[in-house]
Amino acid sequence: MLAAIGLNSEDDLVSYLPPDVRFDKRLPIDNGKSEYEIVDYFRRLGTRNGNGHPSFLGAGVYNHFRPVLVDTVVSRGEFLTSYTPYQAEISQGTLTSIFEFQTMVCQLTGMEVANASMYDGSSAVPEAAMMAVRITGRDKVLIARGVHPEYREVLRTCTQHQGMPVTELAYAKNGRVDLDDLRHKLREDVAAVIVQTPNFFGVLEQVNELSHIIAAKGALLVVVFTEAVALGLIEPPREADIVVGELQSFAISPSYGGPYAGIIATREKYIRQIPGRLVGETTDTDGKRAFCLTLATREQHIRREKATSNICTNQALLALMATVFMSIYGKGGLRELAEQNLAKAHYLASKLPLKFDAPFFNEFVVRTNGTPPDRINTRLLDQGIIGGLALGQFYPELSDCMLLCATEMSRRQDMDAVAHAFETQ
Amino acid sequence: MSYPGNYKYTKEHEWLDVDGDQGRIGITDHAQHELGDIVFVDLPKPGSNVTKGHSFGSVESVKAVSDIYAPVSGEVLEANDLLSKSPEKLNEDPHGAAWLIKVKLSAPDEAGGLMDAAAYEKYVGAE
Amino acid sequence: MIKKVAKHIVQNEPLLFEQSSPGKRGYQLPPLDVPAVDVEKVLGEENVREEIEDFPEVSEFEVLRHFTRLSTWNYAIDLGLYPLGSCTMKYNPRVNELVARTEGLAWAHPYQPEALSQGAMEVIAALEQALVEITGMDAVTLQPAAGAHGEFTGILMIRALLETRGAPRKKILVPDSAHGTNPATAMAVGYRVENIKSNARGMLDLEVLERAVNEDVAGLMITNPNTVGVFEENIKKICAILHDKGALVYMDGANMNALVGVTRPGDFGIDVMHLNLHKTFSTPHGGGGPGAGAVAVAKVLTPFLPGPRLARVGDQWKWNYDLPQSIGRVRAFYGNFGVLVRALAYIMAHGGNGLRQATLDALLNANYIRKLLEPYYEIAYKAPSMHECVFSDDWQAAKGVRTGDIAKRLIDYGFHPYTVSFPLIVRGALMIEPTETESKYELDLFVDAMISIAKEVEQNPELVCAAPHSTRTSRVDEVTAARRPVVRWKPQSSARQAAD
Repeated sequence: MLAAIGLNSEDDLVSYLPPDVRFDKRLPIDNGKSEYEIVDYFRRLGTRNGNGHPSFLGAGVYNHFRPVLVDTVVSRGEFLTSYTPYQAEISQGTLTSIFEFQTMVCQLTGMEVANASMYDGSSAVPEAAMMAVRITGRDKVLIARGVHPEYREVLRTCTQHQGMPVTELAYAKNGRVDLDDLRHKLREDVAAVIVQTPNFFGVLEQVNELSHIIAAKGALLVVVFTEAVALGLIEPPREADIVVGELQSFAISPSYGGPYAGIIATREKYIRQIPGRLVGETTDTDGKRAFCLTLATREQHIRREKATSNICTNQALLALMATVFMSIYGKGGLRELAEQNLAKAHYLASKLPLKFDAPFFNEFVVRTNGTPPDRINTRLLDQGIIGGLALGQFYPELSDCMLLCATEMSRRQDMDAVAHAFETQ
Repeated sequence: MSYPGNYKYTKEHEWLDVDGDQGRIGITDHAQHELGDIVFVDLPKPGSNVTKGHSFGSVESVKAVSDIYAPVSGEVLEANDLLSKSPEKLNEDPHGAAWLIKVKLSAPDEAGGLMDAAAYEKYVGAE
Repeated sequence: MIKKVAKHIVQNEPLLFEQSSPGKRGYQLPPLDVPAVDVEKVLGEENVREEIEDFPEVSEFEVLRHFTRLSTWNYAIDLGLYPLGSCTMKYNPRVNELVARTEGLAWAHPYQPEALSQGAMEVIAALEQALVEITGMDAVTLQPAAGAHGEFTGILMIRALLETRGAPRKKILVPDSAHGTNPATAMAVGYRVENIKSNARGMLDLEVLERAVNEDVAGLMITNPNTVGVFEENIKKICAILHDKGALVYMDGANMNALVGVTRPGDFGIDVMHLNLHKTFSTPHGGGGPGAGAVAVAKVLTPFLPGPRLARVGDQWKWNYDLPQSIGRVRAFYGNFGVLVRALAYIMAHGGNGLRQATLDALLNANYIRKLLEPYYEIAYKAPSMHECVFSDDWQAAKGVRTGDIAKRLIDYGFHPYTVSFPLIVRGALMIEPTETESKYELDLFVDAMISIAKEVEQNPELVCAAPHSTRTSRVDEVTAARRPVVRWKPQSSARQAAD
């Protein structure tokens, strides 16, 4: 091949690089490893991590069973090794599955339109805020302290140079948004009020009531969720203007924090303000139903500096995992799954002193009554159990509180062990 | 398609049809042809103001967005509702039914600097 | 003559919603080992939803068949050459998929105790170190979720540094050949964008640049090799021009696969850059994600990296949150960890020498295609190509055939199209990137197809313009899709019902 292009040696391929930029040394990276060595290396690293420990951590990442078919489908090379479906004629598999994804996200959230997915739940929050700013022409954003603390931090990072002041809303004694604080801070210049339900404390917000207060001031209501399984059972935020969230619960492994699949959904009238990719239905030249990427003029590769967002990729493969998950569980299964989560969490909670008294789904805050949360977690770890999240790192005023989560994967004897660890003072 | 003799034209391919202190603004047949199939038209709300030479809206095809520039300054009296439901009308009848906005001219003299139909036809012929 | 493909039966398949019927189920849960609860009582009646309207009800086997049938409607690297320029579609080794599913890594919770996360933290540390070596930069963050997210992180850091020097400045310079994400990113960080024209060789014009750089310029975003596949030969000079005026240089690392082991951005003056791990380091594109956008920085920018950062304390890894100058988090947790595992496995499989060899093979393959196609398609710039080559459709346009038509005809020959109409500075661009993982056999099939199409353009242009002729779905009506968007299924209302 070298001869075919008139070169003598491989070095000739880079001979035009200016000599003062050429790298003539050897990269200090070990020689190539065999497949076996690579598998063994990661297997050993895996055993240095928690490995098969029962866990009561939630806080935005949940331990749910992954049906086997999910891996079967996403391991197919036609899904795994294809690119973004710009060439519709040979991408109908991906396009059709995204159309189904968009539909299921709408059904789940009570919204009218949804995009093809976002990087994750956290990065979807600033996208929703910026969308609200574009729609309302206002610039201020209020976000409840009950929204995941890391999501709030991402919002601050991403909006700091957008001329969008962000103010936080206190939570009330019951763990929900403090309505007095909301009424006080909700002025005519607020573009969006962002709340999470179930919130970071596991508590359900009163979306309906919030929506009346917020709409009366002309602001948009943005509802965030991190535990998608809850939507199998709880009333979806139909009164929201924008819903963003995280579908990690739908068959996506925790994977030390990513990759996950975020969603953004909204009302039909705001469709041209939604960021990221969208798949639409149309026909081919023979009149057959077909799908294609649509409304691309919102996006960076066409509108460049005037785009709705700089977002370029979506999380197609993770969205596919969630789609397969939703298909397998379906209408009845998602509800039964949610009911099991509810039952397990309430079983565990019934044995512990709760901090908040509003209804909760599968997470709740527990008072440790003077014992540092870390000590309780250490006790549990001695029994091979990963306990809950000590809240002091995110909420200094809750340094004697722990966030616990139970899912369908939590066994009764492990929950009993957790309750016991709290009793032993 | 011929260019109406009573309209004025801009180098950015907008037309202006003045009637007393009011004017209708649209894009030319040449412009719609260059854009291809138009899928969306974004127009300002009545009551807002447009400024000569500044963008007041945009026209989109599947893979392109073009700004539309005001040939004159004034207050928007009406935006053409037809285009929100049927953007394709802009391909079919750009000089008639598919006008974009009606404005109340704030500086009627501004129209003086625009091209007439003959000059515009020459301009697009040379482009 | 079409050699790579033959006609083949393809299954039709309705949407899952159209196969649903009440009572079908594909799941089974174990019996509850705790008492069931009264849902209305526990949650409050007003908080409990009715059943999810129109949500699917299908059997397990129907789910498997549905998605298997859909998958056959896709093209994929596993089926053949995927010459999308700038996208770097190379073989995705399956061992990477296996190790990413390692139980202790895949099921690690981001908040589990650090003592029980040492394996995962080791992966992050090892990959950061390897990327520091490959780029010649001083530090790497693996937090950004994708390339554009990395750009955003990088420009935020530039802004943070300039603020400590007194003022953030006002604008970012972007060459006219850049990806659309570059200007969109600069805007998201509160900068104005000024476009810089490329010269006749497809490179940044030094004189234009010198005139543009002043005290208002925060930085330049440059892609190197640029989007026409050409190395910016004056890159050191370019960096010096910016640095002289107190501005910084951001490198879009989308094309880093042309440089690994051959040259290092840290050595030629780059201050900050991103790497698309899903391109250069072969993590699967998955139909449009997940990606990962590692960002590498020079020493001057390290205090501003997003947190938390890994720190070594004794023989343990810790997360350090005490970073007073950090720009803050750009996403929750630590990044797309599962993607990082795959990228590290790729680097380990190659080793230092193997990575350099991969670069040389990628350059060889691109230049081989260029050489064989040059008689049939007009090369856009004479400057030497690196990992991709860009042609224009000028010769074919004379027959009324444009790059988009040639691309669609390529589908009939069994290939995915190249990148169409990008970069914008080339009229009717055909941007071809074969990558190093293609054999001469596959490259020759592709070259034969392109030559055959060039001949069809001469003899039967209509055939090319109406392509593709062999796909299950013919050309789709994107205009109607955009005029009257239908982005979700609804029962019966589906205006464009399946005709199949």
